[in-house]
Amino acid sequence: MNGLREQRGAAIELSRVSKAYGSFKALDDISLQIQPGEFMTLLGPSGSGKTTTLNVVAGFTEVSSGTLQIGGSNVVGVPAHKRNIGVVFQHYALFPHMTVGRNVAYPLRLRGVGKAELETRVRRALDMVKMADFAYRYPSELSGGQQQRVALARSIVFDPPLLLMDEPLGALDKKLREWLQLEIKRIHRELGTTFVYVTHDQEEALVLSDRIAVFNRGRIEQIGTGHDLYDAPETLFVGRFIGDSTVLRGAARSDGSSTALDVAGETVTVPRRHRDTDRPVMLLRPEKLVMRKPGVDRSDNENRLSGTVSEAIYLGSGSKYEVLLRDGSTGIVRSSLTDQSFAIGDAVELCFRGADAKLLADDSTADTTLT
Amino acid sequence: MAMHPFTRVLLGLSCLLVAVWLIAPTLVVVPMSFNQNKSLAFPPQGFSWQWYSNFTTNPEWSTSFLNSLKVATIVAILATVLGTLAAFGLDRMRARTAGLLRMLLLTPMVVPGVVLAIGIYAVYLDAQLVGTMTGFVLAHTILALPFVLIAVQASLEVFDKRLETAAASLGAGRLATFRTVTLPLIAPGILSGLLFAFVTSFDEIIVSLFITSPYLKTLPVQIFTSITRDADPTVAAVGTILLCVTTILIGGGLLLLGRERRSGV
Ligand SMILES: Nc1ncnc2c1ncn2[C@@H]1O[C@H](COP(=O)(O)OP(=O)(O)OP(=O)(O)O)[C@@H](O)[C@H]1O
Ligand SMILES: [Mg+2]
Repeated sequence: MNGLREQRGAAIELSRVSKAYGSFKALDDISLQIQPGEFMTLLGPSGSGKTTTLNVVAGFTEVSSGTLQIGGSNVVGVPAHKRNIGVVFQHYALFPHMTVGRNVAYPLRLRGVGKAELETRVRRALDMVKMADFAYRYPSELSGGQQQRVALARSIVFDPPLLLMDEPLGALDKKLREWLQLEIKRIHRELGTTFVYVTHDQEEALVLSDRIAVFNRGRIEQIGTGHDLYDAPETLFVGRFIGDSTVLRGAARSDGSSTALDVAGETVTVPRRHRDTDRPVMLLRPEKLVMRKPGVDRSDNENRLSGTVSEAIYLGSGSKYEVLLRDGSTGIVRSSLTDQSFAIGDAVELCFRGADAKLLADDSTADTTLT
Repeated sequence: MAMHPFTRVLLGLSCLLVAVWLIAPTLVVVPMSFNQNKSLAFPPQGFSWQWYSNFTTNPEWSTSFLNSLKVATIVAILATVLGTLAAFGLDRMRARTAGLLRMLLLTPMVVPGVVLAIGIYAVYLDAQLVGTMTGFVLAHTILALPFVLIAVQASLEVFDKRLETAAASLGAGRLATFRTVTLPLIAPGILSGLLFAFVTSFDEIIVSLFITSPYLKTLPVQIFTSITRDADPTVAAVGTILLCVTTILIGGGLLLLGRERRSGV
């Protein structure tokens, strides 16, 4: 299986790629290596450069500087129609004057594939996206989800070693999106093609990807598995973009082995020195925080912050609470069903082990770019 | 919106009135073409086909008709090719340059026909194009071009250019993309442009009167000279034939445009 993957998928290497529009840098020195057969997701807020990156790889946009290799050969300057890359667009882009069957056959016709082979390959591609019964319909006679499946079939029918998808599910409702995510995952597994997928939805990225590249303002903040990004974010932006988090800010004191933060009069300590910056922040994942009534069970070496429950959200499997801390910031806690439950307005304490907190450099842009 | 039945009847009646007002003068030629006497009096007397047969047998009429057909056909093709190319150029140009150029290309529609005719006549005298086929074709192409431009531009506006990007990603070069995606999708616009160009040339009279010669007449010129010379009801017969043909052509053109509007959304 793995051997097959190596064969079918192309490796991609973007090295120090920049793209400028006038003085504005849509891509600012991007380097990204994608393994053959890998499912790589480009994740980031609107305007962060995801589509631009995809367009550069597809050949729709020329780079301002840097190199781009696909399958080991340099493709800078090669026009899009000679790159042999499948592309799925958010807006489907099916040809309205052709039936589903002719749409899917289109790339094969261009390649001069004979009639018999063409028919079997079109059928196979339509089977793969479960649209074989619709071959004689026109795109206008299909729903959005069906159109996108046809578009997917059309982009894989010519066996490209690389498939690019730019928010392909962006226009669909949640249920359909979740189902199609699983379909895309299955197709990726069956084909062994390299997939590069663009989304601004972090949950979608986590469901689909082998690795995720997090974009922010034309730069890549971090590349890693979903697990890496959630457990070991390297920047505050990544920590905030992936999953829920509580961010603590305050005056920092560092001694030989630990760092203390003064959060509105309450001191929290992490048994680690921080290196990069003189303005560290602490980032905590919801499941690392425990919420208690104030003054209960004062076991030592635990950090605690007092606050007030400002929002209680019932999630079925448990609850999620938002807690207004003394410095005005919001803490996010998740609790399971068996835990004690709290109501809005309750005074509480948030407790955590110092070792569970991440120390990151403060980044004032991290909050603003998220919205 | 609910409408009072009386209002509806009133509206319908006024529509009918306007329609009759517009069409009646044109329809007058139909009964006149079957007149038994050589007169253009209305109402006509009796019934006969003689003016129709005169149209087909009299060489003055039949050659001018063939001339018009020839000119209009060449003009339609020439104007369609040039107008389509121009529409494409304007579409892919910087917006401000395109706006200026478009205005320039549409001037033949705005400039009074007589002014244009005088200009063309003056140039043709020098170039010895008066009374030549080339002269007619060139002059009519100038007049027909704006119609093609407008029709093709309208269909390019609703054409989704992202489809061309998609075609490129599937392996189609510029030419293949144009042939398989762009052209089929804007074909209705081109076709209606072609029809309008044909009709524009076929019934053009003002410029034609200036550049005509006794040896080369188009049908409208022949009609005009005939009617100023004597009261020959052949004019009415020709008018009736033209009425039928242009109605069919223009109707077809409008139908194509309408279909494209609907599918373009
Ligand atoms: N042709 C262009 N001319 C000028 N600026 C452009 C052009 N194309 C993109 N940009 C700019 O480059 C930046 C990155 O755009 P890009 O489309 O890559 O964002 P994105 O990450 O795909 O965002 P979204 O999630 O909204 O699609 C944006 O600020 C955008 O305005
Ligand atoms: Mg985008």
